[in-house]
Amino acid sequence: MRRAMLPAALALLAAPAFAQEGPEDPPWNQADDTYGADAMAAARAHVQSHHGGQRWMQVMADRLEWQSGDEETALWDLQGYYGGDLSRVWLKSEGEYGFGEDAVEDAEVQLLYGRAISSYFDLQAGVRQDFEPDGRTYAVLGVQGLVPYFFELDAAAFLSDEGDLSARIEAEYDILLTQRLILQPRAEIDLSASEVPERQVGEGVASVSLGARLRYEVKRSFAPYVGVEWSVAPGESGARTEAAGGESEDTKLVAGVRAWF
Amino acid sequence: MQTRRAFLGSAAGTLAASALVPAWARSAVRGNTGIAAEHQHLYDFTIARTPLRVNGRATEAVTVNGGVPAPLMRMREGQEVVMRVKNTLDEPTSIHWHGLLVPFTMDGVPGVSFPGIEPGETFEYRFPLRQSGTYWYHSHSGLQEQIGHYGPIVIDPAGRDPIGADREYVLVLGDWTYMDPYVLFHQLKTMSDSLNFQKRTLGDLFADAEEDGLGAAVKNRMAWGKMRMTPTDIADVTGETYTYLINGHGPEDDWTALFEPGQRVRMRVINASAMSLMNVRIPGLPLRMVASDGNLIRPLMTDEFQIGPAETYDFVVEPEDRAYRIVAASIDGSGQALGTLTPRLGETAEAPPLRPRPLLTMKDMGMAGMMGMDDPDAPGMIGQGHDQPEPAREGGHASMAGMDHGAMGHEGMNHGAMGHEAMAGMDAGPKGGDMKGMHDMQKHDHPMGPGVASVAMMPVNRLDEPGIGLETVPHRTLTYAQLAAHAPNPDTRAPGREVELHLTSNMERYMWSFDGVKFSEVTQPITFYEGERVRLTMVNDTMMPHPIHVHGMFFDVVVPDAEEPGVGERYLPRKHTIVVKPGEKLSVDITADEVGDWAFHCHLLYHMHAGMMQVVSVLPKERGRPMTMREEASSHEGMGHDGMDHGSMDHGGHH
Repeated sequence: MRRAMLPAALALLAAPAFAQEGPEDPPWNQADDTYGADAMAAARAHVQSHHGGQRWMQVMADRLEWQSGDEETALWDLQGYYGGDLSRVWLKSEGEYGFGEDAVEDAEVQLLYGRAISSYFDLQAGVRQDFEPDGRTYAVLGVQGLVPYFFELDAAAFLSDEGDLSARIEAEYDILLTQRLILQPRAEIDLSASEVPERQVGEGVASVSLGARLRYEVKRSFAPYVGVEWSVAPGESGARTEAAGGESEDTKLVAGVRAWF
Repeated sequence: MQTRRAFLGSAAGTLAASALVPAWARSAVRGNTGIAAEHQHLYDFTIARTPLRVNGRATEAVTVNGGVPAPLMRMREGQEVVMRVKNTLDEPTSIHWHGLLVPFTMDGVPGVSFPGIEPGETFEYRFPLRQSGTYWYHSHSGLQEQIGHYGPIVIDPAGRDPIGADREYVLVLGDWTYMDPYVLFHQLKTMSDSLNFQKRTLGDLFADAEEDGLGAAVKNRMAWGKMRMTPTDIADVTGETYTYLINGHGPEDDWTALFEPGQRVRMRVINASAMSLMNVRIPGLPLRMVASDGNLIRPLMTDEFQIGPAETYDFVVEPEDRAYRIVAASIDGSGQALGTLTPRLGETAEAPPLRPRPLLTMKDMGMAGMMGMDDPDAPGMIGQGHDQPEPAREGGHASMAGMDHGAMGHEGMNHGAMGHEAMAGMDAGPKGGDMKGMHDMQKHDHPMGPGVASVAMMPVNRLDEPGIGLETVPHRTLTYAQLAAHAPNPDTRAPGREVELHLTSNMERYMWSFDGVKFSEVTQPITFYEGERVRLTMVNDTMMPHPIHVHGMFFDVVVPDAEEPGVGERYLPRKHTIVVKPGEKLSVDITADEVGDWAFHCHLLYHMHAGMMQVVSVLPKERGRPMTMREEASSHEGMGHDGMDHGSMDHGGHH
């Protein structure tokens, strides 16, 4: 049932974007008499689509970093989209690789359809597939955009194929120390509506991470950085983590690169 | 579109710049002593990709006959001229004759007035010259105009030229980028502020805190931040990306003009840059302004003027026996083009330093009229530091509630484009704002949606202002309000109706449009009827100045205190391109005497490319007649509420 709802929701969102316009009178046609209706129709379609109807792609590696700790890890946090101003297809991926275990410990990919719902926000819906630590599938509904005071926000709710409901809220903010040296505080909160014992997650706040990254934009699109990240698994989630032999609180140094094209 | 690698790679084999600069554009060190008064009426042009050097650095251009800028066309009024344009590119091209009154099928806009010139094709333009003055020509295809496809036009009057000068030069201003312009556009679309290296930093906050107190400085940041806008958003592309050019020469090339002491020198200035409004001056030398957009004006003295992309100004100087520096500075203060005006080769004057970066103000948000309102959240001028233009302080404290477009777009304003009368109740303004006692709230009958991030709530006429960055300079500056046509206007009728057009944008998504509808979504042109006199009123809902250009006709700029229409002779300045300042509402009168489909657009190239374009269709008399304002009003009333499909209209622009 839940699996069936997702494509239906996607189709609903996508419908306006792919609706076909019926044949219409050309909006202007006075040059047709001189140059022929066919030649002008082709040129008219081209000039209109190339003045506002373009589509493009962006790939953003927001965090590609090494993290210190008892076990050193490498982390990736990537997203990209293809589309126009108002509707886009998004691909997002996050994950962690542990040098000690020599294994990928966390890996997920999301495929989303996003549609502008306001000047600054897109509504996104789609699927998330986890590859590590287990192969769960989720339905995703989220918003991404810029809230007042220039905070970048990405908030999504996930419904797993086991019926577990969770949410993730990420916020970032840029403080320009100079035109190129930028301090970026970052917060991430994971919430869970239910217990997921296999993942040491209790009901409520599953984890909170607060970080600060200082990057230097060699180019706007390429910036190495260093930073620090503090994370905590409060309450029940913390207890479960400790019971499983983990740390409920951790502070790490990070170093990496932010890049996009 | 080429890849960046291919673009740079093909530019590697280069030739000397001098060979590729046409004679009129060369520096005096290469023998240019002023443009020659030789007329031609037949031109053969070849459009090609050409490797060359700009400011000493290898690059690649789209050229007309191999050089940047393109050849000077010097012709005489009354001639019939023929231009044969051969396209050797692997993409279509075109030439638009900017400001020339031509049959619309010769106007050169692909998809509007002709099909374009395909690769390998030669297209012949032919038309009579019905005017005189300084104009220019450029590609209207893709982004070719950014990388060199532009050149000057000088048309001498059929009779004697009333502007006496001993020597003449053309100054074609440009903004060169070594990037592939499609890469540049992509960068604007994906990260719209990424080419701005003029932003406010933590250091600015401390400096402002020192001047105005920490509380005021923080409050100012909060007010801007609340709107998700920045006061440094003055130019989308800055000196970090652009090298500003005079006649294809960068500051290092130092383009030089010679004169003999005692001579009167006429300068014909054309801003052919893609994205840069420029402030032009020759420190120490008063400028006698004699023409604007090709049309003679009543001569007036000034020291500096702002020129938007596509505008032209002619001025005359009488330099003393010493060298001067010619300065054309990008309005955001990030860079400048430099040249030399000197009686002796090798002698120059010191280049003035760049001016401090200006900041936008309340007035630029279209809130200048909202005085006396008390909202603690308002980003007044306090806390922005004191390198501020003085007039902006008028803005004072005003309510920003209206800028909360989440609320506006969905509760008050989300109606179709056609609801003129049905929307009367909207004057009350958006919810939440303390609007009691306000007058002249600007109506916004256009579609809103994600492409319209802000609206000017109380825009004002700013024709008497010189433009961003010139408000506080310690010398005379030019304003549109000072301009008066040299000859009486050909048409002095009062306009029969008014068309209102809004300049709209969402900077974050880099969406630009008219009335919230991108060109890609346009289903109806702006329709004029042959012979009618129309008033076009433009409201700039964005925070940027836009040089708005109509093809094939002139705007008669309705300057404040102009003579009443229909009474006697009028001398409104006539322009083909007018800069509409942020938060401004201005009117121009147009005589629709040129039947055809004409492009109408913002002349900031990437704004146009993003959708800020329309077509003005002047329909011949037999295809209809203009409705009077009364008829138009009643036809909307007749539609009633039920007849309006709000849902489909609202999103009509966005699917």
